[in-house]
Amino acid sequence: MSVMEKRWPAPAIESEADSAAIAVRLRHVTKTFGSGDQKVVAISEVDWDVLNGQMTLLIGPSGCGKTTLLSVIAGILDADRGSGVTVFNQNVGAMSGGRKTRFRRDNIGFVFQQYNLLPALTAAENVAVPLIVMGWKREKAVARAAEVLGQLGMTPKVNKLPTQLSGGQQQRVAIARALVHEPRLIVCDEPTAALDHETGHQVMMLFRTVAVRPDRAVLIVTHDNRVFHFGDRIARMDDGRIVEVSRQEATTDEPVGAYH
Amino acid sequence: MSWIALKMLTGDRAKFFGIVLGLTFASMLITQQGSIFCGLMRRTSGQIFDITGADLWVMDPNVRYVDDVKPMIETSLYRTRGVDGVLWAVPLYKGIGRVKLTVLEEKPVDASQPKGPKRTQRAPVIEQVILLGLDDASLVGAPPPERMLAGRLVDLRRPDAVLMDFTRLPKLFPNEDWKSLPKPPAASKWLGDLIGRKLGTVHGPTPEETYRAALRQFYTRFLNRELEMNDHRAVVVGVCEATRTFQSNAVVYTTYTRAKRFVPQERKPLTYVLAKAEPGLSPSIVAERIAAQTGLKARTSEEFIWDTIWYFMKYTGIPVNFGITTVLGFLVGTAIAGQTFYNFTLENLKQFGALKAMGTGNLRIVGMILLQAAVTGLLGYGLGVGLATWFGVSSSGGELAFYTPWQLLPITGIAVVVICLLASVLCVRRVVVLEPAIVFRG
Repeated sequence: MSVMEKRWPAPAIESEADSAAIAVRLRHVTKTFGSGDQKVVAISEVDWDVLNGQMTLLIGPSGCGKTTLLSVIAGILDADRGSGVTVFNQNVGAMSGGRKTRFRRDNIGFVFQQYNLLPALTAAENVAVPLIVMGWKREKAVARAAEVLGQLGMTPKVNKLPTQLSGGQQQRVAIARALVHEPRLIVCDEPTAALDHETGHQVMMLFRTVAVRPDRAVLIVTHDNRVFHFGDRIARMDDGRIVEVSRQEATTDEPVGAYH
Repeated sequence: MSWIALKMLTGDRAKFFGIVLGLTFASMLITQQGSIFCGLMRRTSGQIFDITGADLWVMDPNVRYVDDVKPMIETSLYRTRGVDGVLWAVPLYKGIGRVKLTVLEEKPVDASQPKGPKRTQRAPVIEQVILLGLDDASLVGAPPPERMLAGRLVDLRRPDAVLMDFTRLPKLFPNEDWKSLPKPPAASKWLGDLIGRKLGTVHGPTPEETYRAALRQFYTRFLNRELEMNDHRAVVVGVCEATRTFQSNAVVYTTYTRAKRFVPQERKPLTYVLAKAEPGLSPSIVAERIAAQTGLKARTSEEFIWDTIWYFMKYTGIPVNFGITTVLGFLVGTAIAGQTFYNFTLENLKQFGALKAMGTGNLRIVGMILLQAAVTGLLGYGLGVGLATWFGVSSSGGELAFYTPWQLLPITGIAVVVICLLASVLCVRRVVVLEPAIVFRG
């Protein structure tokens, strides 16, 4: 029996949590790629709850299924039949393609490892994209985007193209883009992976202070142990399963000697 | 989302210009080759175009195209005139004549020393010409006054008078100072004048008017020059513009009676009868009546033009040759524009994935791609047709056969639309099946 096929207990159900506080509820979530001899089980029988008002970090070694799980939660990848993926009490797995797209548009903000900013658009225009997708007029959307960028200290850069910004500035623009339409769930994939320590720290500070709100869940996939202390909860994945969920008092101060 | 699509498109200027360039090339090649093809085909029936005023061409039943001369007996004219619905009918002679004239040449006194002293001597020039004999009384079929470059049409009634076509004069008068022949205005000058007039900053004669005035002055020198045709004296009384013919022979106009003298005697001199249908009667109905009553072939001018064009298309292989070039242009354009556009979409796949992840539906993404294709297509089409037109204007007045009928523009447009659609379909397919999860891959 291969490691991928091992069965692990499901330890991450928030049995004591109020259902209103649960942003994401996963039950028996499995995702396999390929079939026959080529079959790879990326996530297996995951039972897990992500809570509102918290920053949850999903950690684990490369290839353990973090990004796949994030994609399933965000509704951009379909889990296998029989999986239960509920986001804000809505069964994402049962939604049609169009409804899922609208659900993502209205409820989820994305921050990507490689930022995925549109190179031809200015910072403000990039931030305005989710509003444009929601049907806002261009001028109004860009004005609102500039406001959000201002809150992130990016006012002087609103008219700059992504190529004219540093990595940290680009990630700030990406964060602003994830926040601008006030989503209830923000999913981030390795937001500090492409950044140096100092900039990564600033970006996580920003998440902590701007993104985390009582009615919003922030889910960050990372394997950067330098930022673990920012999370309220840390879920550790291994071989496609959640093997441990720990709670901690989040802090923005760097633990002495933790990362060096 | 449209402005996002357009910004994505124009953001990478090199790629944007690459796509537009491919479409421009295809569009230009299709228009330009198509125009040359149409120009050549128009030349095949140039003499039918040039004969104005008559609705109908009556001819021997075996005539297949305008140069396929099969003489008729002269009573055919009177039989045509007798058909109900014919307003008038006049004779037209069309044949090959031979012009002989002497020119002065400088030749070395000693042939073994070409650079030695020279003497002027008379040298004969003999050229074949297309001789058109017009009705003596009405001169039906003569070039209209605006196509006269020197002399007057009425002078054709003078003894021994002929009108010469300007295009082939250099063959007949090789020692003339052809270097001083006025050049047509450059396309840029023509365009500058057009814009200047629109803005009200340019007044006076247009470059075209100035050019034609200079041409008239130049060609005046040929008036009253004497030629010899079939041992008869002929005098040039005018120089006119005739549509260049498919053959390279000059066109010489004279009267019907005189034309019969300018060629060796034939038993049947009448080549065509030009006729006009009575007002209110369709020329094709009158043509049918003529054919039924006389046993001759009668065609409307338009029918005869198409008879001639189809003959050349069928028997010369020109359409195949031009067709290959045009198809090559289309394929090369498709390859360049399609490949660049496809690569452009592939490179933007992650951006499209991000847009899909953020909640942009497939329909909107497809709309964005089609908009990008439409904008590049429109630009490529406009530039291509513009360049082809520029090419045509720049080469006007020369030997190049270039004629752009309006039908060619929608044909080019359809070709560009097909190229854009082919490129878009491939891109759309890739984007529609794209999993937005691609954005989470590093």
